[in-house]
Amino acid sequence: MRALLFTILPTLLAAGCQREERDLRLDPPVADALGQIALMPNGIGGTPPEAYAALGKPYTSNAYSLGQGKRLYTWFNCKGCHADGGGASGPAFLDGWWQYGPDITSIFASIRDGRPNGMPAFRDRLTTEQIWQLAGYIQTIGAYSGPTAAPSRNDEMQSRPSENRAPAAGRTESPDRP
Amino acid sequence: MTRALKNAGSSLLLLCAGCAGWQSALDPQGIPAADLSRLIWLVIIICGIVWALVLVVLAAALWQRGRPLSSRPTSERHMTIAVSLAVAATVVIITFLTLASYVVTRRLTPAREGALVIRVRGYQWWWEVTYMDARPNRTFVTANELHVPVGRLVRVELAAGDVIHSFWVPSLAGKQDLIPGRSNELTFTARTAGVYRGQCAEFCGLQHAHMAFIVIAEEPASFEAWRNAQNAEAAAPARDDEAAGREVFLSKACAACHTIRGTPASGTLGPDLTHVGGRNTIAAGLLETTRGSLAAWITDPQTLKPGNNMPAVPLNAKELNDVSAYLASLK
Repeated sequence: MRALLFTILPTLLAAGCQREERDLRLDPPVADALGQIALMPNGIGGTPPEAYAALGKPYTSNAYSLGQGKRLYTWFNCKGCHADGGGASGPAFLDGWWQYGPDITSIFASIRDGRPNGMPAFRDRLTTEQIWQLAGYIQTIGAYSGPTAAPSRNDEMQSRPSENRAPAAGRTESPDRP
Repeated sequence: MTRALKNAGSSLLLLCAGCAGWQSALDPQGIPAADLSRLIWLVIIICGIVWALVLVVLAAALWQRGRPLSSRPTSERHMTIAVSLAVAATVVIITFLTLASYVVTRRLTPAREGALVIRVRGYQWWWEVTYMDARPNRTFVTANELHVPVGRLVRVELAAGDVIHSFWVPSLAGKQDLIPGRSNELTFTARTAGVYRGQCAEFCGLQHAHMAFIVIAEEPASFEAWRNAQNAEAAAPARDDEAAGREVFLSKACAACHTIRGTPASGTLGPDLTHVGGRNTIAAGLLETTRGSLAAWITDPQTLKPGNNMPAVPLNAKELNDVSAYLASLK
């Protein structure tokens, strides 16, 4: 019994040393493949490229990616129109109401190619990897269920519950929304 | 035996070599650094003497251990005198060292009049350097390289953009932290012209070790010339490949993060590249600035400095060639 304990405990302790993988360098061919999304003709929803699933969908589940997305959200002034998720001249994300669907492929396409009524295309301003990171982060703002990974904390005062405290929809559901 | 001696000798020589050079607190070339160095030596020498005396007394005590009690001067009076003298000496020495440290610390912040003001902001993992001037059109931004005139007081205003960093040029001054949400300052005067290396001295993430900068102390006339050149907008491309490189820079993601004054590129997330070709190093002391190193950096920043915020922007061979030619031409 004691021998068993002495083998199990160190194994458990060693398991605690495992750290989340940070993929700092995306191979250029993989980055290229990640840009090959298949979008529905109406621009709403679609399938992410195979490379996305092959990588293990890191942009929605990896805390480092989400953290980078959160930084890009500020750096590229998404806040200028969408505020801290609450919306201003651009639509809100926090209410969980996605004009082009909650799919990450749609969010990716919205950032990369722009949308009517003012959303600019960031194709020439961000790399494919950065757009995925940003899309993954934005999805957490209006997520229906709390994600297991969270980005880094806010440096300034929190204007809303933190990103891993979804669901957004349940929090702000209003009867007049379809 | 001789071999061991030789080895010891050569390792000692190696250690001593660390005392000189362009980054050493023991080879001071600036005003607070010289004061600090004197203070360090004062403390080391006094503590060394005290340590040696304690060892001598201890050795004497051990030496007398075997002798019969009657032959030792163990009277109560002797003991009291010895202990009182030791306590008095300790108080005097510690008071003296405290005063010396106080005097040196006070001298670290001299009067501000006439100082050259440089604002340094630390980011993961580079330094944004802004030369301040009463006339706004004489204020300009550069990165990872400070030029200062010899003999003039320099006041460095320190702030941080993300996490805590620390500004440290051991040859010229002490250390001062850059803390988000606070402003700190550090003043120094370079006494000898030269190139001094500085380094972030507060662990700030993956590439903390690659967060260096250089301080170039030069004669006032050449400093003014440098300042005027830096204040100017970027040179117009002279050759065809440079002109094409400028177009690549403006049409790709480069311009979203970097500024080149005199062009529409006005991003503020990365270093100002207006005169990047004229700086000694790129990526905060990582590589010497050459057209080749610029191209290598643009191609694969995450292999050269993993974790930094520069993404690999997909470029074809011609675009890479042109954009590196353009950046290298920005003297």
